[in-house]
Amino acid sequence: MESKQRLKIHHTPFETVYNAVVDALDFVLRPLQKRIGQRNMAYVFVLPNVAIFVIFVLFPMLMNFYYAFTGGSNIFPDQRPFVGLQNFETIFSCTDYTNPNTCREDLFWKAAFNTFGFVVFQVGGMVVISLITALALNRKIRARAFFRSVFFYPVLLSPVVVALIWRWVLQNDGLMNGVLVGLGADRVPFLTNPDWARFWVIFISVWSQMGFYTLILLAGLQSIPHELYEAGEIDGANPWQTFWGITLPLLMPTMLVVLVLSLIRAVQVFDQVYAFTNGGPGTATTYMIQYIYLTAFAGRGNQYGLAAAASVILAVVLLVFTLLQLRAGRQSELSV
Amino acid sequence: MLTTVRDFFTRTRGVNSPDRMDVLTYAYLIIGTLVMFGPVLWLILSSFKDINEITRFPPRLLPYRQQTVEVMGYDEPLPVFNVTMEDGSVRTLARARRVGIEAQMVDPAAPEEIIRVNINTMTPVEAVFFSFDNYMRGVERFDFVRYFWNTLVVTVVATILTLFVNSMAAFALSKYKFPGSNAIFLTMIATLLVPLSVILVPLLLVITQIGWFNSLIGLIIPTIATPTGVFLLRQYMLTIPDELLESARLDGASEWRIYLQVILPLARPALAVLAIFSVMWRWNDFLWPLVVLQNSDFFTLQVGLNSFRGELQTQWDLVLAMTVLTALPVTIVFAFLQKYITTGIATTGMK
Repeated sequence: MESKQRLKIHHTPFETVYNAVVDALDFVLRPLQKRIGQRNMAYVFVLPNVAIFVIFVLFPMLMNFYYAFTGGSNIFPDQRPFVGLQNFETIFSCTDYTNPNTCREDLFWKAAFNTFGFVVFQVGGMVVISLITALALNRKIRARAFFRSVFFYPVLLSPVVVALIWRWVLQNDGLMNGVLVGLGADRVPFLTNPDWARFWVIFISVWSQMGFYTLILLAGLQSIPHELYEAGEIDGANPWQTFWGITLPLLMPTMLVVLVLSLIRAVQVFDQVYAFTNGGPGTATTYMIQYIYLTAFAGRGNQYGLAAAASVILAVVLLVFTLLQLRAGRQSELSV
Repeated sequence: MLTTVRDFFTRTRGVNSPDRMDVLTYAYLIIGTLVMFGPVLWLILSSFKDINEITRFPPRLLPYRQQTVEVMGYDEPLPVFNVTMEDGSVRTLARARRVGIEAQMVDPAAPEEIIRVNINTMTPVEAVFFSFDNYMRGVERFDFVRYFWNTLVVTVVATILTLFVNSMAAFALSKYKFPGSNAIFLTMIATLLVPLSVILVPLLLVITQIGWFNSLIGLIIPTIATPTGVFLLRQYMLTIPDELLESARLDGASEWRIYLQVILPLARPALAVLAIFSVMWRWNDFLWPLVVLQNSDFFTLQVGLNSFRGELQTQWDLVLAMTVLTALPVTIVFAFLQKYITTGIATTGMK
């Protein structure tokens, strides 16, 4: 309301130009509305988005489904032989599903196991650290805006920049090893040891995204009514009880948002790792999207069918997760 | 210890809390600041070091450069050393020549006399010096201006188009009831989950068929119909009262005029948040540009930096300087707009 009134009272140069453009557009488009009727204008408004969505999202998605049942290395669908379930059979031919090395497509299973481990630790770490940081920032502290910005700043950095910053810190002659040697310890091969590489991939991923989730949780904390804490204090609740009895339950909806968002992003991990370890050492940090990328575009002979089959499997897993989460969310809503 | 940890989780603003909690909070925030900003600072400091300092281990915090001095009778400035003489005194001398393990030194004040010393007795005289040499040599091979321009074009055009296309759709989906509106909305929300990377192959086919492969437009158009944007704007527009639209219609306003002069101005907070997200997505986008762009003339900063790193492998001096340049624009924007960005995302962002 306020902005509308301001619009009427005095016109900035921008508003003058804007209004002129609106008048011009109105002059051109009014006949259209006369022709198709006021109600049908909705279709005109929704058309650009739907058209782009259908051409560049929905159609490729259906195509991808078709690709999963074709073979060969040609990108044009009419020149790809239909092979039925062969791609899926390739992926699922394992003697022992708990051991990727016994599978024909061992890289897929290694990537699947790696992704699972990454998702569990990254999302877990993300939620806990973001929550601690949000709680710290929610206290009466000096320079809150400064600290909030510090934690948020890495969110803005691009994946390649983040990867290079940490490669530089963690390389063999880098700052981290310099500090270790200064403290009298030995150098650690952070990027060439598989376990350390996995740890640092998760670490930099949390480092670069936690600011975003911290902000969301902070907003959730600040929306908890103050009277509840006062009531808790009158009832003699200790801080521990206050946290479990008031803060956490009321923060649950926000926590659920954070969980869903970070889970979806974690499953899709790719660009940062691609620039950081490029999946290595060996296959220690090769995740699902990188497997798809490698299989389709780089180094593995343009096996589009196999890559598409892998992405269909990934989409199905994501869908199942989401449905489970939605159900869990609905149930917790019902129980409240 | 355990109670301290416990209290840490239980503090809330406004409730009286013991002082040690404040200490713990500030300790956490200061360590956090070091962890969050330390590596960035280290990158910046390192980018000003020359190649000797870059490869030095253990590394030193600040960039140093050996002092040199002009000496009469020598064309080039000579490097300066502190030399421990045989009698134990320390003299500051310039090195004229080095022969094996022996160096011929001169006193800058009395350049006629040559003093021969063992190289083990000398240590270089250094001073803190920020050298822009890495940046100068880096931009000769890393076309920063071109990459920056490409990224800027993609970011600005994609953001403007996203705002318009998404807000039009959100307007239709929030203020009209028409057959298919629910189907459209639900289909879009369902695809929120599917990463772009999963439809990479067929999307590339579509782009190639249209003739947009290896072009900026092929980078921009496929990403503008974002479900997130439609969802965010629709939820916000639902809160705009329908009576406003009705009274505008009674005044004879067309639907376009209502969209442009009633809905858009009122949806400004949500549009601002979507703009922030959109700029962040486009500026940092990597996978799609990596696949679509083949010619370095069209490279964005991220793809350019990645390929620069790939070419140079271990030439950290240049890579570090170009990484700083790549991170500079967002840092400057953030420095000015940090309040709007952080509060914008926190308040309207994802609720």
